[in-house]
Amino acid sequence: MTHHSLTVDRIERGLVIDHISAGSGMKIYHHLNLDDLDCAVAMIRNVKSGKYGHKDIIKIENNIYLDLNVLGYLDPNITVNVIEDGVITGKQKLILPTRIRNIVKCKNPRCITSIEQEVDHIFELTNEGARSYRCVYCEQAAPKTE
Amino acid sequence: MLRLGGSVIGFESSGSSSASKGESVADTIRIVSSYADVCAIRHPKEGAALVASRHALIPVINAGDGGHQHPTQTLTDLMTIYNVKGRLDRLTIGFCGDLKFGRTVHSLISACVKYHGVSFILVSPRELKLPGYVREEIEAAGAPCAETDNLGETIADMDVLYMTRVQRERFFNEEDYVRLKDTYILNKQKLASARPDLAVMHPLPRVNEISTEIDRDPRALYFKQAEYGCYIRMALIKDLLKEARG
Ligand SMILES: [Zn+2]
Repeated sequence: MTHHSLTVDRIERGLVIDHISAGSGMKIYHHLNLDDLDCAVAMIRNVKSGKYGHKDIIKIENNIYLDLNVLGYLDPNITVNVIEDGVITGKQKLILPTRIRNIVKCKNPRCITSIEQEVDHIFELTNEGARSYRCVYCEQAAPKTE
Repeated sequence: MLRLGGSVIGFESSGSSSASKGESVADTIRIVSSYADVCAIRHPKEGAALVASRHALIPVINAGDGGHQHPTQTLTDLMTIYNVKGRLDRLTIGFCGDLKFGRTVHSLISACVKYHGVSFILVSPRELKLPGYVREEIEAAGAPCAETDNLGETIADMDVLYMTRVQRERFFNEEDYVRLKDTYILNKQKLASARPDLAVMHPLPRVNEISTEIDRDPRALYFKQAEYGCYIRMALIKDLLKEARG
């Protein structure tokens, strides 16, 4: 029961990013730039989870804007719970973004992004079933997450 | 451009432009935009033309971006095929040589998968196979596609044979290059088993992948193809200028 008291009920208002595959919590934390937030952020690692074995959880106090779709690319099993007055008021399954910007870098040494300074690294979803993305400049496959 | 009555501002070689001094594509195109009405860009990096088009105030033509795409060559190729075959559908098109970095191959396949009943025969060494993104386009279109490393065995099935250069620098060692290069050379002997109406194409320049003994064969279309290249680029520039001026 100690796990449960850790995961949800302490937060009054905010977001709980749940079902992060164990070990990926810090990666998600960095990709969402949570370091930059002024509000309280809790990173909980290796929580026991019936469905997934173990998982990581990130709790964010207060309502902030997060690009939730990018989580769909980073880890499709993630769920986001919206907490108000200490209870879950919404649960959102994430969809795959059609386009991701500056989340991963193109690894093709012949790609224009390897030398051009002001250019964003943009990948587009090319196959939803396979969750595959390709660089919009050179069409190199994006590195697979997880 | 000159034949259309226009004039040309150009960087003859990559060494003479400011790009060689480290100027970004974005900056270069901003400057060019203020001098020119239309711009054709050839750049060694893949996606350079796309970056240019996003910062340009004028139409940008991709005249080849690294080993990625070469769409104006594709217009040329389509015009050549259409003129000799009278159609762009129901064709078996063979591609031979460097299919990995052959940008004209990538663009032409992207165009051809849009036509009904087109099938492909891909002839290349293992090291120079078609990249995944082009293969996915073929699969998505459901077009039949055979892969082989033997031109002589497959040439008889082709309506069109698109030859490309196998460049020495694409190989890790000289041995592989020497061993493989002759396999991908088209000569009289290989052509003997081909159909009488085969269309032999090449984006040029060629080095030795098409033996000169074939040049006088009526199936050799590459010089005609080069001529069409001039017309189609004139038409494209004219069209873009018309559009840009509303
Ligand atoms: Zn790229």
